[in-house]
Amino acid sequence: MTAGEHAVLIHLDEAQRADLFEYLLRLGDDRLVLGHRVSEWCGHAPILEEDIALSNIALDLIGQANLWLQLAGQVEAKGRDQDALAYFREAIDFRNVLLVETPNGDFGDTMVRQFFYSMQAMLVLEQLQRSAHTSLAGIAAKAYKESRYHVRHSGEWIIRLGDGTDESHQRVQRSVNDTWRFTGELFEADDVDRRLAAQGIAVDPSVVRDAWHAQMSEVLATATLTVPNAGFSRRGGRAGKHSEHLGHLLAEMQIVARSHPGATW
Amino acid sequence: MVARATPAHEAIWRILEGVSDPEVPAISVVDLGIVRAVHDEADGLVIDVTPTYSGCPAMHEIEQAIVGALNAHGVTGARVRTVFTPAWTTDWMSDAAREKLRAYGIAPPGRTSDSALIPLMRRGAPVACPFCGSRATDTRSDFGSTACKSLHFCNACHQPFEHFKAI
Repeated sequence: MTAGEHAVLIHLDEAQRADLFEYLLRLGDDRLVLGHRVSEWCGHAPILEEDIALSNIALDLIGQANLWLQLAGQVEAKGRDQDALAYFREAIDFRNVLLVETPNGDFGDTMVRQFFYSMQAMLVLEQLQRSAHTSLAGIAAKAYKESRYHVRHSGEWIIRLGDGTDESHQRVQRSVNDTWRFTGELFEADDVDRRLAAQGIAVDPSVVRDAWHAQMSEVLATATLTVPNAGFSRRGGRAGKHSEHLGHLLAEMQIVARSHPGATW
Repeated sequence: MVARATPAHEAIWRILEGVSDPEVPAISVVDLGIVRAVHDEADGLVIDVTPTYSGCPAMHEIEQAIVGALNAHGVTGARVRTVFTPAWTTDWMSDAAREKLRAYGIAPPGRTSDSALIPLMRRGAPVACPFCGSRATDTRSDFGSTACKSLHFCNACHQPFEHFKAI
C-alpha cells in the first residue's frame, strides 16, 4: 500500500476523533474484506472477461480500503498506518458488516452480494462527497465514481441470470433469498453515525434505506426475480461480532505480513 | 486545466510533460490530468498529484518517475503530494492527449456527461474504433487490462480494442 498525505482541514476534539476513527474503520473494513473475497475469484471466474472484471472490482475496493484506513490511522494518531490496521488487528477489531465476509458461493451468490453492497455504497458515497471533512469528501468522490461501475456490472448480471434460463433464474433467486438476511445491517446506524452526521461529517446509513430498496426492487423486477419479505436480520459486524468466515479470511490475508513483519516487495 | 504560476514553474511543467504514464506510455502524466499543481513550500518544491482510480497500482511508480525526472534535470528536494479534491476526471484530458491515445490504438474517453452509467443494460453511442473509425462496435466488458480501460470489438475491421473509460 502506498503512502499519501491528507489535509485534515477541520479541527477535531478527542470525542470527534474517536467517532471518526470508528466510522472510517467501518468504511475501510467493508471494502478490505469484500475486496479480498472478490479477489478469490482471480483465475476461477467462468469466462476470461469476468475474471478480469472481478479482479478490477477487487482492486478498486482494496484501493478504497487503503485510502480509508490510511485516513483512519491519521485520525487515530497513534502511529498505526493502513498496513498496521489491515494486517495486525484481530477479527474482533474488524468493523465490516457480515454481508461482505460471506463466502463467495457460486457466481450468482457473488453477484447478488456485490449488487446489494455496491448499491448501498454508491448511495452513501453520493452524499459523503459533500462531507464537511475535505479528505473524507475527496476519497468519497473518487470511490463514488468507481461504485457506479460496480452497481452496473453486478446489476446487469442479476438481470441476465434472473431473466435467463430456468436454472439460472432459480439459482439466482435462491442467492437473493439466502443473502437477504445480511442486508438489514447495511442500514443500521448508531450514535457514532448520528453524531458525525449531525456535524455534517458522515452519512447516517439509515437515510439511504428507502432509495436502496426502490432501486434494488426495480432491478429485481426487471430480472423477473422476487424481492424477499422482510424477515430475520443478521447483525453484529459493526460491533466486532463476526461469523467464523472472517477468521479464515484474515488468516489467509494476514499471514505474509505477520510472518515477515516489515518486509517490502 | 490548471494554472501555471511562474517561469520557474513553467520549466517544471515542461519536465513533467516528459514523464509517461507507465501503463499507457503514449501519454504523459500531464496529458492524463493527474498533475494538479506545482508550488513552493518552506521545505521545497511540491508536486500535487491526484490518483486516477483508488486502486491503480501505477500510482507509486508515477510518483517515483516524477521525482526521478526532476532529479535528472537537476531539480532536487521535490516531493509528490497526493491530493484527493477535486476527484480526477477524464474530462481533464486535452484534445491533443485524446488524439495521442487514439493514434496509440486506445479509443479516447467521451465527455463524462455523455456516459450515463445507470440505468442498466443500456449504453450511450457506441465507441468509435481507434483503428478504422467505425462506430459498428460492441462493448465486451466494462473492465479491461487496467482499471482505466474497457474492452470492445469492432464489427467493421474485426479488431478487439480498448477504450479509456470516461469517469
